[in-house]
Formats: sequence, structure tokens, C-alpha cells
Amino acid sequence: MTAVRVRGLRKRYGGVVAVDGIDLDIQQGEVFGLLGPNGAGKTTTVEILEGYRARDSGEVDVLGMDPGKAPNSWRDRIGVVWQSTADTPELTVAEIIGNFARYYRHPRDPGRVMEQVELTEQAGKRVHALSGGQRRRLDVALGIIGDPDLLFLDEPTTGLDPEARRRFADLIRGLAAEGTTILLTSHYLDEVETLAGRIAVIARGKIVAEGSPKTLGGRATAVSTVQWVGEDGLHTIETDTPAKAVADLYAESGEVAGLTVTRPTLEDVYLKLIGADDE
Amino acid sequence: MSERVTLPSVTEERPPRPAPDRFARAEPGRALRLGLVRTGLETRMFFREKDQIAFVFSIAVVMLVILASIFTTRYRGLDVTVSQVYAAGLIGTGIMAVSFQNLGISIAVERDLGGLRRLVATPMPPSAYFIGKVGSVFIVAVIQIAILLGIGVAFFDLELPSAIGPWLTFVWVFVLGLASMTMLGIAASSVPRSARSATAVITLPFVVLQFVSGAFIPHTDLPDWLLNLSAVFPLKWLCQGMRSVFLGEEAAVLELTGDYELGRVALVLAAWTVGGLVLCLLTFRWKDNRTK
Ligand SMILES: Nc1ncnc2c1ncn2[C@@H]1O[C@H](COP(=O)(O)OP(=O)(O)OP(=O)(O)O)[C@@H](O)[C@H]1O
Ligand SMILES: [Mg+2]
Repeated sequence: MTAVRVRGLRKRYGGVVAVDGIDLDIQQGEVFGLLGPNGAGKTTTVEILEGYRARDSGEVDVLGMDPGKAPNSWRDRIGVVWQSTADTPELTVAEIIGNFARYYRHPRDPGRVMEQVELTEQAGKRVHALSGGQRRRLDVALGIIGDPDLLFLDEPTTGLDPEARRRFADLIRGLAAEGTTILLTSHYLDEVETLAGRIAVIARGKIVAEGSPKTLGGRATAVSTVQWVGEDGLHTIETDTPAKAVADLYAESGEVAGLTVTRPTLEDVYLKLIGADDE
Repeated sequence: MSERVTLPSVTEERPPRPAPDRFARAEPGRALRLGLVRTGLETRMFFREKDQIAFVFSIAVVMLVILASIFTTRYRGLDVTVSQVYAAGLIGTGIMAVSFQNLGISIAVERDLGGLRRLVATPMPPSAYFIGKVGSVFIVAVIQIAILLGIGVAFFDLELPSAIGPWLTFVWVFVLGLASMTMLGIAASSVPRSARSATAVITLPFVVLQFVSGAFIPHTDLPDWLLNLSAVFPLKWLCQGMRSVFLGEEAAVLELTGDYELGRVALVLAAWTVGGLVLCLLTFRWKDNRTK
């Protein structure tokens, strides 16, 4: 089943075209990564899907409904983690999470959610006394407290330390394993690469590539580089058939020093994709 | 002519849709229940926010202590002091501060800093939010008035009425005054363009109204044209209603028309309540200024 279906989505702010004709299909249970540079239109797109922003044109279907017209109960099935954290007034972590749990009809257990985002120790702390990364974890907690079918995460790991980021990845995998559909935006290629089953790269309001992390931008078939150190120095060949090149090399010279076979990393592909768009 | 032939297999082609809004019918009870939850939450937030308490909750108390201590003369031929007039009138200030001033600023801040946005993304019924605001304002207002009356009685010769009649007047003046100011506060919260400007934008009309409506300056010292001007706004009528409760019939001669005009008090306050509600419905924004 399709969780999100978007056709020809457009949005402009005055003279600025933020989203310029986007098509998206996200299947239920899928973790989908939306990757793009600053100002590419990620937040605009996601907030339209959440029903927070109005679109200029295009078809949008999220969990079977138009987010712009969806009834209140539709939000029971949606979880939102905004890009910027809210400055919450004088409440403690436990109070906020406990209160938000009451707004949903089938919430997760607040204590369990606090454990999941590792804020149990901060439960009695006022929000303004939290560190940036702890606030971010509170945002994530509020995104998942309603036990959503579809979770939007707009740059969720901003401000998290590497350790917290790794555990966040575990959390996402756990949610995905339970069948939650996840739409994640990020600048972090490594993060999207490990988490998302499918990735779309967005630049200047357009999707410039889409695929699995392995195949994105023709990465699976892209030219590989075989390098080794021979008697007369460093050798480099570029080839479409790296295995054969290595076999030939072995047949010819036996073991060689410093042998490496590299494919373009996702980062290379990504930079090329958004760079190519500059021209 | 354009009639279509219905094919037997057509139902199978339509993808199944998620269940329709099966909770819609239970909505009113849910809104009320969550509204009460939010009332508790809002009240707690109010009393934890020290700036709010100082700025919104204490302003009438501070003004009462200062003004009623400075001006203590007795009106000629009457058993009423200026202090007493202040003590009665400043109840209007207190009500306006905890409703108009409080909501006008706090909702604007909430909107600008992302609190409202967070709420709209949840299935909380919007009405629960407003019930929470109104409920907490009511609680805060009751506490505010108890404190003002306590100080007035203890230090400034304010006399609590012994008959039931004035108390009934007190109840409806309080309820209508609070309701109108609450609606206007919610509506006014849409005016400031950012959290930073909210306090200034909301406080200016608040303070000006205090002066022209005879709360910070005894209404007996104001020129008629100013009192006539302030008659357009609810504060003058709110203060006038409160004076009728606490100063007694004898002091009615101090009023502009020599009468407390309770009928007009009711009419103006009710009109502002309804008008304010309409204004809220037309202008309330859940989104911040940057979101279109
Ligand atoms: N409220 C707004 N008013 C005017 N322009 C806006 C508004 N919001 C976004 N834009 C513009 O729309 C474009 C897309 O913005 P958007 O926030 O969707 O990008 P993004 O991909 O989320 O970027 P980032 O990675 O920095 O979060 C940008 O050029 C931005 O300047
Ligand atoms: Mg963004």
C-alpha cells in the first residue's frame, strides 16, 4: 500500500520557487530519505505533507487523505518532528510527554518513550534546562508518542552527538521493524545511507535522483577505480569491470602492493547530483 | 447519452481507503476532557513563568498599593475615599491584565516560538486549546481578585457588600468582563509579528486604556470627553460595574451620569464578548508569521 503519493507538487514564496514539480511514492513500512542541500525544498515539501503548509498545486495523498483537508483523527496516525525545536514553557520533560500522550487516541507509554529517547534521567527537568541534543530527543519523543503509522522527521539528528546519533538510528530501525513508515530528511549522507531503504535527492525544488542507497545516481554501475603500487610507482585504472581488471592484474603480476578497488561513495554521487544541477 | 455501463468488477479496482473518521462523534466530550487537562497545564505554566507573574499578575496589585496609598482624600459630602475608588476600579485592571494582557502576549509568543505548531500537528481538538486558555484565565482571575479584595479590605477601607444583590452584580460583571477581555486578548495575540514585539504591542493599548478608562486615574478626575471616548471600550464599563458593587448607591453621584448604568454595562460587555469571539474566529492563526 502507498502511504504517500505526490504528483506535480509546487510551492512558491513570492518570487522564490521552493518546490518545483515533485513526484513521490512512499510505500507503507518504508524508510524514505529526502536528501538535499540547504534551501532545496525539503522542509517545504514535508510540511505540506504534514498538512501544515498549503500547496500551490499538485496532488497529495497521505495515508489516503489530502493533508490540507484531513480531519482531526488523521493526525492520530501522523507523527511530526519539526526541523526547529519549539521553545516550550516551564514544563518538565515528563509533563510535556505525558500531556501529549493524552492528545492521541492510542498513545505509546510515556515512560517507555522516555526510555527510548533516553530522557528518563531528565524526566523531572524543565525543558529550558535541557541541552540542545536533549531537546532534540524530546522532539523525537513527541513525534513518536502517538504511535504513528507515518512519521515525519525533518533533520532529526541535528545537535545529537555521535553516540546519540547511533542510538537514534537504532530507534528508527526499531520503529521501521514495527511497520512505521518513515520520511526522513537529512544532510547527513551516511545516516540516510544506513537508515533509508530508498532515497530521493532534491535540489532547487526538483528531485534529481531517486533509488536505493546502492543504486542511487547509477552508483552500482558507475566506473570503479583500481589502484595498486607497482615497481615503478602508483598505477590507477578506471574500469566498468573491476573484478576482471583485478583478475587480469593477478594473472599478469601476481600479488601487488596497495591494491584498492573503489566505487564512488554516496557522497561523491550526491555532490555530483546537486553540483550537476548548478550548470 | 453519457451514461456509463457499470461493470461488475469495478469495486475491486478501487484501492481500500483507511477507515473514515470514526471518532468524530465522540469529539465534543473529548474536547471538553482535553480542555480541562489543558486548563490544569496552562495554569501550572502561568504560575511557573516568573515574568508573567510579575508583569501580568502583579500589576494591579502594585498599582493598588501605590495609588491607593498616595491618594487618600475623602470626597466632599460623601463617605467615600479616593483609595476606595481605586480599590474598586483596579479590579477591572486586574481582570484585564490576567486575560487581555496575559493571553495577548503569551499566545503571540507561543505562536512565534513553535508551541502552537507543535499542538496543531496532534489530534488535540482546537477547541480544547481555547477551553484551556479560558479555564486557566478564569482560575488566575479568581485568585487575582481575591488578592485585590484582600488588600483593599485590609488596607484601604474597601467594604465587601453584605447584601446578596451587589454580589450577583459582581458575578455577572466579572464573568462578562472576563469573557470580553479574554476574547479580545486571544484576538489581539495575532497582531504582534514576533515574540520579541509581543509585550510592547499588547502593553501599549493596555496601559493607555487604564488611563483613559479611569483605572489609574480616578474617573472623577478625567475630562468628560476622555470618559466618553473610553466608553467605546469595555474597561470603563467593567470598572464602573465594580464600583457599583463596592462603593454603594451613595457614590453613584461620582459617575459621569450620576448613575452606575448597569444596563449599559451589561450591554457593552456582552457586545464586546460576542464581537471578540467573532474576531477570534475570523483572525486566529495557528501558524507563525513566516508560514504561508
Ligand atoms: N516562509 C517562507 N517564506 C519565504 N521563503 C521561504 C519560506 N520558507 C522557505 N522559503 C524558501 O524556500 C526554499 C526552500 O526552503 P526549505 O526550508 O524548504 O529548504 P530545506 O531543503 O528544508 O533547507 P534546509 O536544509 O536549510 O532546512 C528556500 O529558498 C527558502 O528560502
Ligand atoms: Mg529544512
